[in-house]
Amino acid sequence: MAAGKEIRTKITSIQSTQKITSAMEMVAASKMRRAQDRMEVGKPYAQRMRAVVGHIANSTPEYRHAYMQEREVKRAGYIIVSTDRGLCGGLNINLFKSAIASMKALQDLGVDIELCLVGAKAGGFFASVGGNVTATVKYLGEEPSLGDLIGGVKSMLDAYTEGRIDALYLAGNEFVNTMTQSPAVEQLLPLKAEQSESMSHHWDYLYEPDARELLDALMVRYIESLVYQAVVENGACEQAARMIAMKNATDNAGELIEDLQLVYNKARQAAITQELAEIVGGAAAIG
Amino acid sequence: MAMTLQCDIVSAEAQIYTGLVELLVATGIEGELGVCYGHAALLTRLIPGPIRIVEPTGEEQVYYASGGFLEVQGDVVTVLADTAVRADDIDEAAAETARQNAEEALANQQGEIDYGRASAQLAEATAQLSALRKLKNRAGRG
Repeated sequence: MAAGKEIRTKITSIQSTQKITSAMEMVAASKMRRAQDRMEVGKPYAQRMRAVVGHIANSTPEYRHAYMQEREVKRAGYIIVSTDRGLCGGLNINLFKSAIASMKALQDLGVDIELCLVGAKAGGFFASVGGNVTATVKYLGEEPSLGDLIGGVKSMLDAYTEGRIDALYLAGNEFVNTMTQSPAVEQLLPLKAEQSESMSHHWDYLYEPDARELLDALMVRYIESLVYQAVVENGACEQAARMIAMKNATDNAGELIEDLQLVYNKARQAAITQELAEIVGGAAAIG
Repeated sequence: MAMTLQCDIVSAEAQIYTGLVELLVATGIEGELGVCYGHAALLTRLIPGPIRIVEPTGEEQVYYASGGFLEVQGDVVTVLADTAVRADDIDEAAAETARQNAEEALANQQGEIDYGRASAQLAEATAQLSALRKLKNRAGRG
């Protein structure tokens, strides 16, 4: 019955793993709800900001901001938004894959890449893969605040203003629904303005103070709000992905236990049968 | 009909107010300003201060913004409030920290990875040991 004992130990250990994964699933489910709320709450700001910047792009200002001017791309910056913790399925790896594919396309054209990494997982990944990392922001927690992101974003924006990079991209996960999160890479700079028919007549804002100072500050806020929104969305993705991953793990553990239980029962039965056969055989030999 | 405009006060981390207002008074960088229906398109920076709105019912509400922007476009007035305390030198310091983090990560790269790998190996070894110990105990008893 030595094999039987081993199987029992294995079953117990899988059972305790199953308890952990099912607890993690429930925790992730409740955290996901909160993360989704946070995502919803931040949306109006991003939308308003986008509308204002869209108005500016369609106006006829006396000053055209550097962020709106296209220039030849020699170096590009990437802000990569990942999670701080693992155990969330293929969420981060899928993101890194699509980010790297996008970088590769640029590198083939002879463009150098600079990275700003948000989240500990991106830090670990690009440390082993290699990459030119300019800034890292880690351990934002479950309630990321805009204040924590300012530094990382500013270092990339400074690089753009100084001409060290000529384009800036943002890579993060998009929350489609609880089951689906898809990685997305979008261009932040130079800004792509949508042309709108109704706004195309010549007009301009009254600026207080002057246009240059105001637009400088506003554009920074705009980019920051996009990055913040990406971080919050990635947070919701993380919890959803973890919930699914842990649900799968719990299900798999259940299957494993069932299989092992079957093997265990068979072994037990075989042992009993054998013992019986031995007893009967022994009795027959004596009698 | 009262002359009202649509007012939205939002910050990156929350939606603060949305609705029709008769008048909005905010603290702009060049002084206090009031916005009523028919105001010209305007974009201004706000400094920390109260934002007072008068609703069509005559009710007044006051919010506080630690800076931000105010946009008037048609009959919509939008306040984009800052959540974090902003100043150029604070931003600069934050950027510096992010850069240092990157450098540190680069410098400690080897150490950190080895630590992660080592702790995984340690966990594996401990699990093996405890499994072995359990087996031994049972074998001893059996």
